[in-house]
Amino acid sequence: MASLDDLKKRIASVKSTQKITKAMKMVAAAKLKRAQDSAEKGRPYSEKMNNIILNLSEGISDKENAPKLLSGTGKDQIHLCVVMTSDRGLCGGFNSNIIKKAKSYFSRLSSEGKELKIITVGSKGNDQLKRVFGDKIIENISFKNSKNANFFDAEKVSKIIIEKFQKEEFDICTIFFNQFKNVITQIPQAQQIIPLKTDIDDKEKSEDNYEFEPDEDEILTNLLPKNISTQIFKAMLENSASEQGARMSAMDNATRNAGEMVDKLTIEYNRSRQAAITKELIEIISGAESL
Amino acid sequence: MSEEFKLEVVNPEKSFLSKDDVTEVVAPAFEGEIGILKDHISIISFLKPGIIKIYSKLGEEKYYVEDGIIEFKNNNLSILTSSIFNIKDMEKSKVDEMLRVAEKETAKDNISDQAKYLIDQKIEVLRTIN
Repeated sequence: MASLDDLKKRIASVKSTQKITKAMKMVAAAKLKRAQDSAEKGRPYSEKMNNIILNLSEGISDKENAPKLLSGTGKDQIHLCVVMTSDRGLCGGFNSNIIKKAKSYFSRLSSEGKELKIITVGSKGNDQLKRVFGDKIIENISFKNSKNANFFDAEKVSKIIIEKFQKEEFDICTIFFNQFKNVITQIPQAQQIIPLKTDIDDKEKSEDNYEFEPDEDEILTNLLPKNISTQIFKAMLENSASEQGARMSAMDNATRNAGEMVDKLTIEYNRSRQAAITKELIEIISGAESL
Repeated sequence: MSEEFKLEVVNPEKSFLSKDDVTEVVAPAFEGEIGILKDHISIISFLKPGIIKIYSKLGEEKYYVEDGIIEFKNNNLSILTSSIFNIKDMEKSKVDEMLRVAEKETAKDNISDQAKYLIDQKIEVLRTIN
């Protein structure tokens, strides 16, 4: 059994860990509120954008000559995967869930004989992927210096993607991120952004005939790059809300576990203290008896 | 019958402006300014740098935009833009700064004609605000 002093030290150390996790939980809770707010505020933009594109792509007359960003290159040989993770750890399964999802996608691709290229956004994803897929990672982007997810960062990412697309470095682009459902649940998502997948059975589908100025093709060519930024921005917002949510529940768990551990250690400490006292008493009594 | 329709301006971060008593909007569409009144036909267009004028009962409001998409449908006007500023809130120093950046950009010779056109537009608009 550990000595009394050791136990005391352990209790103190667990207690201070508990203090840290508790503080982190509270910070995460405050940040979560902000992140959740901005994720909700960002939704109308991406929804509207989606709607417009949906309407446009339906109205387009010449499907053959549609912009490549919409229709794709016609091949699906080279896949570009953009894996979006956080820059910080200690957020439970947040990063590993995305990585797991991405890895299973990667292995499916390689079993189908497709070529794989990876862009990681956020340093944690890069750390986890570079061991196995190091040679596939073509770019690593990190926004450690930006406090909140902002549109300029999203535009930077989308610029890189579009540039690579125009150089025909890939055929299909998929982004991986965590969708925020609630504090406890975040759902890892894989969303294909190039070529754009439109849900035909969308109930928002309108029968209206729009007037386009200039024509559909030109609007689409201008709109599609913007849509990619928007989608990436949306992913970033969802991700940051998810990250804080995951961190909050992870830290909540950690605080609770630390509390349990302190209780257990305290009982053990009291027992050994009692045992030591009893032992001392026995020694004194038996010493007195022998006289 | 009222001559009013709904206007919503959203940028990626949030809903920027929402009004339901707008009588007319004049927006700098790519192929020239368009004015939108109630019961306009459904239209989608995109914007070039310029000034959006919003008329309502309370008077006229002016906003500076750099880019965006405009959609009108069922008397709902949505303007999606990533860069919009109320001209009232634009300080002279900020406009000067933007102008300087834009002028630097247009001086580069490796930009495409369209990008150059847009930047020239921007400079022109910024000068008028100044």
